[in-house]
Amino acid sequence: MVDVLVVGAGPAGLAAAAVLAALGAGEVEVLDREPRAGGTPRHCHHGGFGPLGLEGPGFAERWVRTAERSGAALRTGVTVTDWAGPLTLDTTSPHGLERITARAVVLATGARERPRAARLVPGTRPAGVLTTGELLRAVHVHRQHVGTRAVVVGAESVGFAALDALRLAGVDVAALVTEHPRHQTSPARALDARLRRGVPLLTGATVADILGRGRVSGVRLTHRDGRTAHVPCDTVVFTGDFVPEHELARRGGLLLDPGTKGPATDGAFRTDRRGVFAVGNLLHAVEPARAVAREGAAAGAAVRRYLAEGDWPSASASVPLRVAAPLAWIAPNLVTPDEPLPYGGRFALRTAEFVGRAPLVITQDGRTLHHARLPRPPVPNRPFHIGGDWAARVRADGGPVRIAFG
Amino acid sequence: MTPVGSVDDGTSVTRDGALPDVTYDVTVVGAGVVGCAVARELAARPGLRVALVDASNDVGDGTSKANTAILHTGFDAVPGSLEARLVREGSRLLAAYAADSGIPVEPVGALLVAWDEEQLDALPTLLAKAERNGYDAARIIGPEEVRSREPHLGPGALGALDVPGESVICPWMTVLAYATQAVRAGVDLHLNCRVNTVDAFDGDVRVLGTGRGALRTRWLVNAAGLHADAVDRLLGHDDFTVTPRRGQLIVFDKLARDLVRHILLPVPTALGKGVLVAPTVYGNVLLGPTAEDLDDKSATGSTAEGIATLREKGRAILPELLDEEVTAVYAGLRAATEHDDYRISADPGRRCVTVGGIRSTGLTASLAIAAYVTALLDDAGAGLPEAGDLPPVRMPNLGEAFPRPYQRADLIAADPAYGTVVCHCERVTRGEIRDALAATVPPGSLEGLRRRTRARGGRCQGFHCGAVVRELFERGAELGDR
Ligand SMILES: Cc1cc2nc3c(=O)[nH]c(=O)nc-3n(C[C@H](O)[C@H](O)[C@H](O)COP(=O)(O)OP(=O)(O)OC[C@H]3O[C@@H](n4cnc5c(N)ncnc54)[C@H](O)[C@@H]3O)c2cc1C
Ligand SMILES: Cc1cc2nc3c(=O)[nH]c(=O)nc-3n(C[C@H](O)[C@H](O)[C@H](O)COP(=O)(O)OP(=O)(O)OC[C@H]3O[C@@H](n4cnc5c(N)ncnc54)[C@H](O)[C@@H]3O)c2cc1C
Repeated sequence: MVDVLVVGAGPAGLAAAAVLAALGAGEVEVLDREPRAGGTPRHCHHGGFGPLGLEGPGFAERWVRTAERSGAALRTGVTVTDWAGPLTLDTTSPHGLERITARAVVLATGARERPRAARLVPGTRPAGVLTTGELLRAVHVHRQHVGTRAVVVGAESVGFAALDALRLAGVDVAALVTEHPRHQTSPARALDARLRRGVPLLTGATVADILGRGRVSGVRLTHRDGRTAHVPCDTVVFTGDFVPEHELARRGGLLLDPGTKGPATDGAFRTDRRGVFAVGNLLHAVEPARAVAREGAAAGAAVRRYLAEGDWPSASASVPLRVAAPLAWIAPNLVTPDEPLPYGGRFALRTAEFVGRAPLVITQDGRTLHHARLPRPPVPNRPFHIGGDWAARVRADGGPVRIAFG
Repeated sequence: MTPVGSVDDGTSVTRDGALPDVTYDVTVVGAGVVGCAVARELAARPGLRVALVDASNDVGDGTSKANTAILHTGFDAVPGSLEARLVREGSRLLAAYAADSGIPVEPVGALLVAWDEEQLDALPTLLAKAERNGYDAARIIGPEEVRSREPHLGPGALGALDVPGESVICPWMTVLAYATQAVRAGVDLHLNCRVNTVDAFDGDVRVLGTGRGALRTRWLVNAAGLHADAVDRLLGHDDFTVTPRRGQLIVFDKLARDLVRHILLPVPTALGKGVLVAPTVYGNVLLGPTAEDLDDKSATGSTAEGIATLREKGRAILPELLDEEVTAVYAGLRAATEHDDYRISADPGRRCVTVGGIRSTGLTASLAIAAYVTALLDDAGAGLPEAGDLPPVRMPNLGEAFPRPYQRADLIAADPAYGTVVCHCERVTRGEIRDALAATVPPGSLEGLRRRTRARGGRCQGFHCGAVVRELFERGAELGDR
């Protein structure tokens, strides 16, 4: 029996554990199935994780140290395999099987990129097709030969991180391909890729066919206007298109949000199961690591309050938030009215398409709770945020809250 | 699970270099499920020198790796056909063999769901056919029973034929078990060894020209699957032509497994066979296959149209399935011929047996086909020694219905490598990967390793474990030594 069991030692889980241990929450244990703690940033050997170009591994190391110094117990090489009770989890490690019960469980299992199959990309099944996640490990951790000429699919920030890794591995990049009309990263980064690296960005295009036996020999692209092109390459990297690692959440029967596909949570990171919290990219795949770590700290504080006060909203007390296309999701996605907690100040949202500067409208049963233009037009695959003041006007006895572009 | 034996036990699996300078009594061309079953059967004949050769770098790398993995009862075969008989016998033989060898089988049963009047009207005929095939456990059930047994089914089911004897099986371990047993009993397995030419006899021996040089043999069994017609022509026959019939399939995430309890078979009608939804022993859900007649025997790619068709049909059968993530899309080619039955025949003059046209039931029938082929060889005068007993084989368990190594305290206590999970989505441990790499028939590629362990075969397709698994594979033998 421990006080808090945190599943996942990425930025979210580590920050939550650090805060909990520092606030004297008792025995706080963080489990991770990887041989080392730190989560996804461990493999991100590129800047963008903090001021002064802090790289992912340094960022990860920092949070590992912070959690350890605060007194949290970190155990790696331990896979949480299933639930054995409402707050009891089963694990496997080289030391054997262990069943752990906690007063509170925090799920911080992160996210992954959708691989080729999940995107239903047709063609043969040759070697040489991977995700950025695999690419980064192959290049930075295992120093493996990746290929000679790649097509990168996806032009959100992580696609540009893939370009960096490919360059380091000596792989030419034939093209960066996105179905969207524009890239979805910072203008500076996109310009750098195009001008300094000479990587063409093909917009409005999708991979219609993967070609090759044994090894990839090329891809067939189709453009929105019907044109097709054959691009020879021996490597295809599918980037972005993140989905949460929600296996444990689902096996535990937690209510999921239809948009994020992560557990439905309120502003205090509470799922629909008493004592079970969720945080990080499991809730919103994905946000920058720094934002996730901040969120982890807020979740730690929320768990601490629960341990002290024992408050949990009943299922009927929380109102679901529902988005309308082209919005893809909002997180958190439950509002618990009369909730004494501030909503961490903000909600994260995602749009599936470029929408220009349309205002965002939030209503409940036809009543407008919020109506405002966003400071910048939202970009697909990139987080944008809104404040949480309107949440105080949600009625517990009302219908779902609707969020749409006006 | 007993780890399979090591490569140092005197057995022979080769992937490159010249072939040994020996004359084989029998050479089996094609190491799919059929060729491996035949080799295993021949391995039980003490003193017989047998070679099993395949063009690919691994066993079971053709149609045998890409099917719907159903252990059929044969209830719907053409009564009186060779296929009906061999499927019926093979089904029993393989079920027993699987139980002895640790090949996962789940007897989930099948429902042939009728969605319209025409299909409903076809059920009694199917029931009668099942009875003529000696299968009398089938019965027709009404819509309420269908719904209660498959609560997630889409609207509109009018009834179903309940065939409780249908099971799902692991096709990869089946092939590997046969090959392992054959090799341990002395069969030489030569991979990357395509047979390109067949010379005339010199005495009672003839030379096969392979990609790796000459191979001398007295007898030949042609189990070349899609290419059985081509190999047959090398032998001087012209009995049939293989027309590949492609079947595309979608594998859904394990989290979909609770949506379906039985194999949901389509009712065959004049309009075609339709697609099925079936659980897999790995805990996934399969949707497919399509049926497309092609002329390219290498067209194992999936297509946008194929995927769209499957999704549309799947949505009607099990609407919630379509909300689940897809783990894999693949296609297999059935070796269809212009004939309605298997084409298995011996030619004593040319000292060969051809096993052709093993279309969509070959996994189920494999052991019965092997026994039949061996009998044909005997009759044709191959002079096979009396059959002895093969030492049993115990394969690693890939099935979710039985404890996997990561769930077994005893195994982990004896060897912590079974507690070190490497592939997280499929929960494959370092111990299992090490065992596969050191096994009697080690994998020839990462794909082969996946079929032996499931490593890299899960929902992330390598996002988490791809690089580590590759590292382990490349260190292969070294890892096995420890
Ligand atoms: C390719 C890529 C590039 C990125 N680049 C940047 C960047 O440049 N800048 C930036 O700010 N952010 C970047 N990010 C995002 C950043 O990595 C994430 O925001 C951050 O890691 C999220 O933290 P997390 O704790 O939610 O999840 P993760 O860091 O993913 O951690 C989840 C942890 O949970 C563990 N786990 C999961 N399931 C189990 C289980 N059942 N049992 C035990 N342990 C389990 C995992 O092993 C993992 O360590 C990138 C992400 C990716 C994938
Ligand atoms: C979509 C689909 C679904 C199916 N579902 C089922 C099912 O549910 N249940 C069931 O029982 N059956 C099913 N089947 C049928 C089953 O998969 C096949 O009958 C079986 O795999 C055939 O095995 P094989 O050994 O004859 O052929 P293969 O597995 O194709 O083996 C032939 C081998 O011969 C080799 N070869 C070819 N030419 C040469 C040469 N010249 N020299 C050397 N080697 C050569 C090839 O490399 C190949 O490995 C299905 C088939 C398909 C396509």
